[in-house]
Amino acid sequence: MATKKIEVTDLRIAYGAHEALKGASFDVYANEVLAIIGPAQSGKTSLLKALNRTLEFTAGAKAFGTVKLDGEDVSQIKNVSELRRRIGMVAPLPVGLPMTIYDNVAFAPRMAGMRGKEQLDELVEHCLRHAALWEEVKDRMDMLGTKLSGGQQQRLTIARALSHNPEVLCLDEFSIAIDPVTTMRIEEVLKELRSQLTIIMVTNLTQQAHRLADRTMFLWAGEIIELDRTDVIFSDKCANRKTYEYVNGIFG
Amino acid sequence: MSRHRWELAVEMLIEWVIRLCGISAIIFVFGIFYFVFREGAGLLFSGRFSLAQFFTNIEWYPTSQSHVRYGGLALIVGTFSVTVLAMVIAVPFGLCAAIFVSEFCGPRLRETLKIIIELLAAIPSVVWGFVGLTLMNSVIISLFDTPIGLNVLNGGIILALMSVPIIVSIGEDALKAVPDTYREAALALGATRWQMVYRVLLPAAKNGLLAAVLLGVGRAVGETMAVLMATGHSVRIPTSALDPVRTLTATIAAELGESSVGSDHYQVLFIVGILLFSITFVVNLSADLIVRGIRGKA
Repeated sequence: MATKKIEVTDLRIAYGAHEALKGASFDVYANEVLAIIGPAQSGKTSLLKALNRTLEFTAGAKAFGTVKLDGEDVSQIKNVSELRRRIGMVAPLPVGLPMTIYDNVAFAPRMAGMRGKEQLDELVEHCLRHAALWEEVKDRMDMLGTKLSGGQQQRLTIARALSHNPEVLCLDEFSIAIDPVTTMRIEEVLKELRSQLTIIMVTNLTQQAHRLADRTMFLWAGEIIELDRTDVIFSDKCANRKTYEYVNGIFG
Repeated sequence: MSRHRWELAVEMLIEWVIRLCGISAIIFVFGIFYFVFREGAGLLFSGRFSLAQFFTNIEWYPTSQSHVRYGGLALIVGTFSVTVLAMVIAVPFGLCAAIFVSEFCGPRLRETLKIIIELLAAIPSVVWGFVGLTLMNSVIISLFDTPIGLNVLNGGIILALMSVPIIVSIGEDALKAVPDTYREAALALGATRWQMVYRVLLPAAKNGLLAAVLLGVGRAVGETMAVLMATGHSVRIPTSALDPVRTLTATIAAELGESSVGSDHYQVLFIVGILLFSITFVVNLSADLIVRGIRGKA
């Protein structure tokens, strides 16, 4: 069995009285691609945010249970910045920081203390190439990141998430703002990255999960209905009828 | 059909009223400038007044019987020295307070602080002048061992205290206007709170923060009553922060009531008014250009 990268035990997330996640337990293995599918309000995004503790930005949100990264309880980690560098996050709507394209990508490494110009140059190019954006922006690195188109900004955020060399990359509906061609290019990139890091992706496109994921989790109303190998989830052998109906578009 | 027409007419009327309100701002500004200029123009072009003397001479004897001199340099230096000192104190203090209120303090403390800061902004300037005249005066006398505590330092501190609430509340608004998604993105990338503020928030809010600072400057340049009471009101070029000075505004306030309408003295005070008007105009214009410049480059 592959090594466990993340172990989640009885994770419950509440926004005030509303419980968004009702006790989830699962493991994420190193170097796998785990897809999380499920309808709106099923707790997908909350689950992701609990992993690198960005849930703490939301006033009134509380997480119970434990999330372990390499066996270490993330709630006990003192250096949250370090944790967030280890677990990168790409948000559904792209947020270009109000600085140049170069500075956007160089932001996290600089915050972590990287200073050398050549080192940064190389890293920025590397990340932008990985996010399939390099060719489009290489001649205008001084342009404001916020002036890029929506799809380009989304790829910029992916480049940014790669810039701090994360061990786990969380993607929250990354293809929501980009066209199918670019989506396919990024999917190719993700397939390549699989050898270097662990990927957890939330997606509303069930076919995307089918194409990319080793395993797929089906969340519904805050509960894990089923988590199994992707080929099982997308076959008629899946354990739960709801899963079958959801992936085949019968409800959802 | 007639009902439709009626609604259309009301629509037009409202549009015109709103347009008039918008244009009125321009009319008022030009109107004020015209009347101030008209009152001062008579002396300005009469030959009895020299601009060179006004800007270079420090002798201000507008009511002298034998030898009238209109040297405004000391007043200009007075205004600038008090304003600069006030800004040196108020800008760092105000901006840091704005950052603290907006980013670092808890919700309950924030609400309390905002209420107190707004209260501070609402204190009438004559009360500030009174604080300068009594409290600050004795503090400065005992602290620096000077015969009198009404001077540049006193006026600068009082003006700083008056400008800080403006800088804080407008600066805080500017920081709050930065979308939360920027904060979250920066923190999610592993930045610490302070790195996030310094690298993302301040650049994103720089236009608003600049506006906050300039409104503070505007308040300091234009403030009359408090500086009249706190600076000692003595026409001279200060050599240290402990020298008393007199400002342009205080001169107008103190002397206009004593001059007879239309006299040379009356007119020279309006020339001082034109100068003040020009200073604020230049400050605002350059602020506008700076902001545009930043935008253009971006």
